[in-house]
Amino acid sequence: MSRPRTEAEYLARLVPPSVAGLNRRSLLAGAAGTGALLGTGLLAGCGSDSDSGADSKTVSIGSNASDPTPKDVLAKLAAGFQTKSGVTANINTVDHNTFQENINNYLQGKPDDVFTWFAGYRMRFFAAKGLAGDVSDVWGKLSGFSDAFKKASTGDDGKQYFVPASYYPWAVFYRKSVWQQRGYQVPKTLDDFTTLGTQMKKDGLNPIAFADKDGWPAMGTFDILNLRINGYQFHVDLMAGKEAWTSDKVKKVFDTWAGLLPLHQPDALGRTWQEAAQSLQQKKSGMYLLGLFVAQQFNENEQDDIDFFTFPEIDSTIGAKALDAPIDGYMMARKPKSEANAKKLLEYIGGVDAANIMVKGDPGTLVANTGGDTSGYTALKKKAAELVGSATEIAQFLDRDTRPDFASTVMIPALQQFIKDPKDIGGLLTSIENQKKSIFTS
Amino acid sequence: MSDLPLIQADRAVPPPAATTTTRGRGRRLRLLSGTDRVVITLMVLVPLLLVVGLVWLPAGATVLLSGTNWDGIGPLGEIDWVGLKNYDDVVNIYPPFVPAVQNNLLWLAALFVVATPFGMFLAVLLDKEIRGSRFYQTALYLPVVLSLALIGFVWQLIYSRDQGLLNALLGTQTDWYGDPNVNIWAVLLAAGWRHVGYIMLLYLAGLKGVDPSLREAAAVDGSSEASTFFRVVFPVMRPINIIVLVVTVIESLRAFDLVWVINKGRNGLELISALVTQNVVGEASRIGFGSALATIMLVVSLVFITLYLFTVMREDRR
Repeated sequence: MSRPRTEAEYLARLVPPSVAGLNRRSLLAGAAGTGALLGTGLLAGCGSDSDSGADSKTVSIGSNASDPTPKDVLAKLAAGFQTKSGVTANINTVDHNTFQENINNYLQGKPDDVFTWFAGYRMRFFAAKGLAGDVSDVWGKLSGFSDAFKKASTGDDGKQYFVPASYYPWAVFYRKSVWQQRGYQVPKTLDDFTTLGTQMKKDGLNPIAFADKDGWPAMGTFDILNLRINGYQFHVDLMAGKEAWTSDKVKKVFDTWAGLLPLHQPDALGRTWQEAAQSLQQKKSGMYLLGLFVAQQFNENEQDDIDFFTFPEIDSTIGAKALDAPIDGYMMARKPKSEANAKKLLEYIGGVDAANIMVKGDPGTLVANTGGDTSGYTALKKKAAELVGSATEIAQFLDRDTRPDFASTVMIPALQQFIKDPKDIGGLLTSIENQKKSIFTS
Repeated sequence: MSDLPLIQADRAVPPPAATTTTRGRGRRLRLLSGTDRVVITLMVLVPLLLVVGLVWLPAGATVLLSGTNWDGIGPLGEIDWVGLKNYDDVVNIYPPFVPAVQNNLLWLAALFVVATPFGMFLAVLLDKEIRGSRFYQTALYLPVVLSLALIGFVWQLIYSRDQGLLNALLGTQTDWYGDPNVNIWAVLLAAGWRHVGYIMLLYLAGLKGVDPSLREAAAVDGSSEASTFFRVVFPVMRPINIIVLVVTVIESLRAFDLVWVINKGRNGLELISALVTQNVVGEASRIGFGSALATIMLVVSLVFITLYLFTVMREDRR
């Protein structure tokens, strides 16, 4: 589940797939094997005519960039690639949500040579299933990526399967003007954080804006507490199903969270992240732990008033250097029609020219390649890039770091259950562990 | 998946009629010309193939897949058989299942006891040709015409805790969509809002078809409005009543879209159909597990379908 970036995208994901062109039964039929035809027909069929020949002068891109801005950026990238290499890149754009929901059928059918996807377990999963192409030799030619980005692009077998394009960090956002007026200071430890929250409550603010109607925002809170309390490696192992959810370590995460819950905006389960962000924008909330995309909910003239800090340290032996910063990028199909062109395209996308196009074209994201000219960044984005640059480890967000079936069918209801009733942590963790065992062993 | 067995319901009605016809006209059938026979064979074969291919095979595949742990990736030959493990998991370690069953039943009860009678009531009122009845008719039918995404959005504007119309008017802070004790009722109201319009239109069409001379005769006999309706009009409309009944059952079994638009059927809004979709469609791809849920739903639907067919066929025989 990706974060909706714009209102249009948010609206688009309100439309169930049954309405958006695929009905439930055909999806089920597709699942039963008869519908692979349908899935690929929808996703890949649209553009494959143009490059069906053995013509080596074309390459196709399957894109989930269905919003105007990212769509425009990708078109510019394709144009830039054509100028540089003489190879035409045909883009097949599919609605963001539909793309994600059909990814299984899409990759098993006739996918485009190169397609948009996300780093982390979601990428490693398809790589391990043999549904993605090895792009290690492309990485040999790329420069400007930190080790953290390379790690996030590497599959279980040590080869690279992913080329990062953009990313956005998660942090605690606030309005400078509110903090100056009240004299709040950025907290350095959990105790500072709690004290600050209590003070905000006294001042009549919701200390921490909070929303979880859509199920995923609370994952960010769980992630950051887990990273601060147990560290990055534990996060990775827990997400990979190697650690028990019933352990004291996980229990401590939920206990800490339960202690912070009274500082969170009440009734989070009926609120969308946009509504929570607007409470911050309207100065009714003091701070909000969310991705950089929170800035979309602020007016143009308020952009300079947004600031953030990384979630404070909880355990001094663990520190506060790890964070969630999901990376979006591109992968190659397992058998592209033209492997040479696909790799050329990926090399171009990972290069500095493409980075410059992305910086200029999309004000909403940070560009993964540090070689890009970032002089056009706002102060907020510069600071966000610095934050990620100084991070020792970058997690990809819960639903990108674990099996999708576990994240969506177990974790979303479980976290909502916790927010509803934070008292029965033991019972909740037993339930998660039972379901985890069943899913991860299957 | 949810509407799958309903087609069976439609299809399941003709066969008895067909067998009685052939039995009765066995001798005359031989008088048909060769072309006629080809045409008849095709007329039977084509729909049969469609029904088998589009309804029975997927349904059978679903039942089969419910015994596996397939994730939708890889050839069918590599699927592992896990027996009844999925059903065991559904019942024992899958927290949303029990609320989903309860909600489905609640949905049926609410539509059946409240929304459907109310729709009928409105139809009877509109049938009186009151002033502006066209306007009311349109207004009440409007939600049925609107797209689901729009309905979800309209109600979000009303129910939103911080920015919604309802809390602003009442001066409350009720979390209409987030509080699991409240949200199912909030959604049922929205679902009823749509269902009432649908039933009203069906029923209005039926009322318009009632022979006016029946009412006149009743009026001449000195029957009151109420007793005319319950003793004369209502019994005459038996076909429409059955349609309304079936539509209500269908609507409650396939209830899905509204909760999906709101929060994908989580946190108090669980429905079996939403759980099936959560598991099968999209990246999750727990095809085996989702199929087990779908099979359970198929069985539940079959109970209602059997009851319905049993009633209809018995009445037809009379």
